[in-house]
Amino acid sequence: MAEEEYQKYYVPAQSVWPIVGAVALFLIAVGAGNFIIESTRDKDGYGAYTLIAGLGLLLVMIVGWFKNQIDESMSGLYSAQLGRSYRQGMAWFIFSEVMFFAAFFGALFYARTISVPWLGGASNNAMTNEVLWPTFEAVWPLLTTPGGDTSTQMGWFGLPLANTIILLISSVTLHYAHTSLETDKRNSVKICLGLTILLGVIFLGLQGYEYIHAYDIGLTLDSGVYGNTFFLLTGFHGLHVTLGTVILMVLFFRVVWGHFTPKEHFAFQAGAWYWHFVDVVWVMLFFFVYIL
Amino acid sequence: MVSTTDTTHSGDHDADTQDHVASDHIDDHHHHEAPYGISRWLLTTNHKDIGTLYLWFAFIMFLVGGAMAMVIRAELFQPGLQIVEPNFFNQMTTVHGLIMVFGAVMPAFTGLANWMIPLMIGAPDMALPRMNNWSFWILPFAFLILLSSLFMEGGGPAFGWTFYAPLSTTYSSDSTALFVFSVHIMGISSIMGAINVIVTIFNMRAPGMTYMKMPLFVWTWLITAFLLIAVMPVLAAAVTMVLTDKFFGTSFFDAAGGGDPVLFQHIFWFFGHPEVYIMILPAFGIISQIVPTFSRKKLFGYASMVYATGAIALLSFIVWGHHMFTTGMPVEYEIFFMFATMLVSVPTGVKVFNWVATMWRGSISFEIPMMFAIAFIVLFTIGGLSGLMLAIVPADFQYHDTYFVVAHFHYVLVTGAIFSIMAAVYYWLPKWTGKMFDITLAKWHFWCSLVSVNVLFFPMHFVGLAGMPRRIPDYALQFADFNKWISVGGFAFGLSQLIFLALIIKACRHQGESVSSQVWDGAEGLEWEIPSPAPYHTFETPPIVR
Ligand code: HEM
Ligand SMILES: [Cu+2]
Repeated sequence: MAEEEYQKYYVPAQSVWPIVGAVALFLIAVGAGNFIIESTRDKDGYGAYTLIAGLGLLLVMIVGWFKNQIDESMSGLYSAQLGRSYRQGMAWFIFSEVMFFAAFFGALFYARTISVPWLGGASNNAMTNEVLWPTFEAVWPLLTTPGGDTSTQMGWFGLPLANTIILLISSVTLHYAHTSLETDKRNSVKICLGLTILLGVIFLGLQGYEYIHAYDIGLTLDSGVYGNTFFLLTGFHGLHVTLGTVILMVLFFRVVWGHFTPKEHFAFQAGAWYWHFVDVVWVMLFFFVYIL
Repeated sequence: MVSTTDTTHSGDHDADTQDHVASDHIDDHHHHEAPYGISRWLLTTNHKDIGTLYLWFAFIMFLVGGAMAMVIRAELFQPGLQIVEPNFFNQMTTVHGLIMVFGAVMPAFTGLANWMIPLMIGAPDMALPRMNNWSFWILPFAFLILLSSLFMEGGGPAFGWTFYAPLSTTYSSDSTALFVFSVHIMGISSIMGAINVIVTIFNMRAPGMTYMKMPLFVWTWLITAFLLIAVMPVLAAAVTMVLTDKFFGTSFFDAAGGGDPVLFQHIFWFFGHPEVYIMILPAFGIISQIVPTFSRKKLFGYASMVYATGAIALLSFIVWGHHMFTTGMPVEYEIFFMFATMLVSVPTGVKVFNWVATMWRGSISFEIPMMFAIAFIVLFTIGGLSGLMLAIVPADFQYHDTYFVVAHFHYVLVTGAIFSIMAAVYYWLPKWTGKMFDITLAKWHFWCSLVSVNVLFFPMHFVGLAGMPRRIPDYALQFADFNKWISVGGFAFGLSQLIFLALIIKACRHQGESVSSQVWDGAEGLEWEIPSPAPYHTFETPPIVR
């Protein structure tokens, strides 16, 4: 009978973390909103403090919630069915992230294949060009905007290429960490995972360096739709790498503390999926933002 | 369709005789009864509590958004500027739309999903109970931010619920930053809620509850959840670009920097059209539960209903351009979007046909949920037909941005989505409270709503066809008579909802006659085999579905 195989699905009684997280998000939203208004409009206010308070509270919430979660998992409350719930939940979360990036890639494609050519007179827009932007020439990357702002192109060779290789290698090392975990070679897990984290940190360092360089050569966030898409795509990607690196660090410590078994290691799997996803986004970025 | 044990559908409303049927699924250790006090609601992980919270929140937002509609209709009662400043009028239309879409309709459906999906598939709770709490509790904060932005310097959002650039960038007040972040929170809430629904349905079905045995409400929500996860992130990206355009000098939607305001419309409507199906697919599910119950027949064409829902969802990704016929698109695209849009009416027609075919030769009883369901079928179809008119490119050149469009989407949203939510509440309320609601009040609510809603929205078709533009606080004299009646209908519809409020409050105080576990003669499905009121924990051991 199916009923004998049935393991009780763990439904936690009550939890204070979600409401803490809700207050945290509230403070973050109010803080970020006001901070942006105050800093761009030269006003005084409490935006920055509210934002920092919100971020701090969010951190408390994450630590508390995860501690809860880890304690429950370690005391064997979780069934195989619950594990599936977590895995599926994570997969769908990553799908939502894919769609978030897709929108920005969409904006990039639109700018390249539609708005910039049309401003230059393509399709039936000869008069748009003639009357509104007579000196504008449609080329990509858009280094001179219709409004006349100029910027410089960021090449793909050098740092971006190095970063691509770094992230690709990190995916491989993480994969080995994962297979080592499944075969219970815990030392090799630590080494491979440590390497992955190191590569992630190097990537972020180089990316920061590249941003400084970009601003030096005149490619800025507000330099037309080329700079816009460049910075928002790489910027959101960088945020995700940062988050991914933090996740991997937490996983590293959990491995050191002896958590996870070769069979059950949802958190590890989720972190690995996330990292691979962030890598794939980078490869797309490298092609569409840098090379093409 | 599904049954755990041999249930005799005797249909007497006065006895709890059938409750033994389900007692083996109810946990005997009653020590974790519902906790008391405010912390019960703040800390809860129980799908029924969270469902209740969602439903109350949605209802309160419905009244708040409704109050704004009253302001709009008061201003439009007569031509000329009467009561409010034009800028405030714009804030009212904007926030009314945002609240009704993100604060009333969507949370109400999520509340119903929370309450009913675990009961309908025999699951002990939602798959991720703590995240469930989080998805709810961030919502009131999001709307607190949105509403308080109305009181900020320069006023709140005044650019329409569609926040087209450059209205939302160059020409908006600085409070737009808060609008952006509140939409982010709404999006996070929807995405987490949707993940919970999908995972619950994939992973928590009772043994034997195969996909093609799932009640249609579960099916339609599964597909809705997929749509939500696919398009809410796109909305997040859209508001983010508005934020950077307004505050950080990017030019995604500014031609001077190589961008394009039309890009905003593409991104918004890539989200927006699936969004309108997010607001109607669960309604289709509800109607597909109610019509068979009160026709005492099985749903006609169950499988075709499932496929039609899937088809509508897929098509919804390729029709967004029908909102942009007049903004400038190459003519091939206009024609593509026109035909793709018309294709949607095929699966939609299949659904309407199936509901009618279900009623055909059924032994129908006209109880309150069924009355709302029948009103839904007729009036939603009117909205679908005006949608078809709008889908015709050359016709839309005339209709676009007139009151005809307002009439269209209010028929699909008010007499569609909102009526279905009311039908659902009446249908399941006795299961939630264990008592039959006040039927006299319910009849008053139904008839007052039905008459007033048509006085309110039907004449909008005519003033729209005659050329009255939407989102303007004043209008030409020849529209005065119609607008007077529209406003009268509006006030009457608003007042009618207070009857609903009174009824719900009475029901929450557990007044009224006790009901059996089956509640409605002819109701089938797992949710009718547990006692009424549904115990705090249900199906801790899954039932076996044959
Ligand atoms: C047969 C199905 C439908 C068709 C063919 C259709 C077609 C259209 C078209 C062409 C427009 C744009 C009109 C214009 O702005 O000129 C429109 C607007 C709209 N539709 Fe529909 N529609 C359908 C069903 C629905 C449903 C089910 C909903 C929601 C539950 C909905 C909600 C809306 C909304 C909210 C707008 C106005 C958006 C705005 O400008 O603010 N429609 N529809
Ligand atoms: Cu549409």
